[in-house]
Amino acid sequence: MTAATSLSVDVTVRRDDFEVSASFEASAGETVALLGPNGSGKSTLVSSIAGLHPPTDGRIVLDGVTLDGNGRSMPPEERPIGVVFQDLLLFPHLSAVENVAFPLRARGIAKADARERAMRFLERLGLTPRAQARPTELSGGEAQRVALARALVAEPTLLLLDEPLSALDVGARVRIRDLIREEMARFPGVRVLVTHDPVEASTLADRLVLLEDGQVTQVGTPDEVRNTPRSRYAADLVGVNAFQGALELLDDGAGRISTKQGDVVVTWPDEDLGDRVIGLLRPTDVTISLEPPAGSARNVFEGVVTSIAIDGDRARIRIATNPPLVAELTHGSVERLGVRPGRAVWASFKAVEVQLVPQ
Amino acid sequence: MLIVALPLLGLVIRTPWSRVLDILTGETATVALRLSLVVATLAAAISLVTGFPLAWVLARSSFRGKTLVRALVVLPLVMPPVVAGVGLLAAFGRRGVVGSWLFDWFGLQVTFTLGAAVLAATFVSFPLAVLALEAGLRGLDDRLEDAAATLGASRWYVLRRVTFPLMAPQIAAALVLSWARALGEFGATITFAGNLQGRTQTLPLAVFERLQTDPEAAFALSMLLIGVAFTVIVALRGRFLR
Repeated sequence: MTAATSLSVDVTVRRDDFEVSASFEASAGETVALLGPNGSGKSTLVSSIAGLHPPTDGRIVLDGVTLDGNGRSMPPEERPIGVVFQDLLLFPHLSAVENVAFPLRARGIAKADARERAMRFLERLGLTPRAQARPTELSGGEAQRVALARALVAEPTLLLLDEPLSALDVGARVRIRDLIREEMARFPGVRVLVTHDPVEASTLADRLVLLEDGQVTQVGTPDEVRNTPRSRYAADLVGVNAFQGALELLDDGAGRISTKQGDVVVTWPDEDLGDRVIGLLRPTDVTISLEPPAGSARNVFEGVVTSIAIDGDRARIRIATNPPLVAELTHGSVERLGVRPGRAVWASFKAVEVQLVPQ
Repeated sequence: MLIVALPLLGLVIRTPWSRVLDILTGETATVALRLSLVVATLAAAISLVTGFPLAWVLARSSFRGKTLVRALVVLPLVMPPVVAGVGLLAAFGRRGVVGSWLFDWFGLQVTFTLGAAVLAATFVSFPLAVLALEAGLRGLDDRLEDAAATLGASRWYVLRRVTFPLMAPQIAAALVLSWARALGEFGATITFAGNLQGRTQTLPLAVFERLQTDPEAAFALSMLLIGVAFTVIVALRGRFLR
């Protein structure tokens, strides 16, 4: 694999009455997340790149080879692409090791050889004791690892992960996300992650491609999208306040996230999320006032407004508090309060508004 | 219930149990039995192999006239077998549409041969194979086949390693059902293939003939066929029939 490995997608795909148009590029060693709500066309796009649903128009070029374009579509079995499907699609009649050996056997590699390579891969993922188990006997996390091994074993140049964590419970999610991050880091080719979860996207991807209603609405790094969301969806989902850090128990039973830029009080989670968490806070849950707030909010910060972005009747206000916050007010409230860049304000929010996810 | 039970009871009572072994090992019976097994097995195999592409088309594609095709496939199931035999004669008989051509060009005569018996049995068992295979294909998650394709499997490899294994129960059902149907075929066989001992006289035909000369033997042979039918039901229990 050379450094020139890259994926270039510029297609229109039609499925029933729905049309997806997308254009993005990704290079080797980079993880690009296709992020969008359900029904935005992510899966259609994935099928298209995998060769299962040829685009009606446009080109897909991988590593200088045209997969789709000029009226031709390379069949899926010839594409050097490993896909982890949302519902995994492990072969129910084959054991874990047979599932992983499948891509090798399909390419004509002798049984013993294919089996040995599959076993090595399972060992790397800590699945040696489960090699003989059928998919129905595997836990969600184990099945996910088998699917990952099966997608990677034939050394594709592009790895496509379709909602890899959506089927898992919270506990397994953390472990599998770390594992996926590790495997993606070792994978030298292009990584494309499809997800509707902004946290998953921000923590796993280098770049985000936002897809809404069949159209790409924004492309950028997670920070860029967080700072200047260009659509309602981007603002709602990616533009959330995220507090990342160690979680500790306070004397009164609440919790505290210590981030590098300040602490945030949260409610103590019912389930064990581990030592490090991400607290998510919607900008609409942040209250802005000119005087110290009198309410019961546990989190109160003073800071200077750094920017105000108007989007329709809403305004997104960035405040240089510790940690920095984004608040969303109606246009009317901004006018009424006289909020403007450079002005010191109080920002407050309740501990209960912070949603915790494991890091 | 009585309608089903009484004939069975009658057969059990009237069967000459002391002579059963002699009758079943007698020449007429063994020859007819061997012929029946050959005919039924060939018919089931042909139904399965030719039925699969048709089942595939019916399950996976949509085209104008699909309803008509399906109706045609099912027709032999509801058609009187003797009519099937007459139809086969019209097609493959000495003066039939295809038969006259075969005879003039190749000197081939289909009627009154083993081939005719197989053809007659295939005609009536084919729909069962197609229906069972179609059910199998419909019950299959075709995205597993998609997944296999993305893993580098050619169409043939997908068929061999994914499609066939996943629909193994329905393939077995198709085989057993069409085999059982072919084994019992009477009307089409006697009309189209005749009743030549050792060539086209299958077990049901032998039963019919014996009934006129040696009813006790007919009863014994009938018990044999019932035994086979019963075995089929047991084999299919929990699979195709529920």
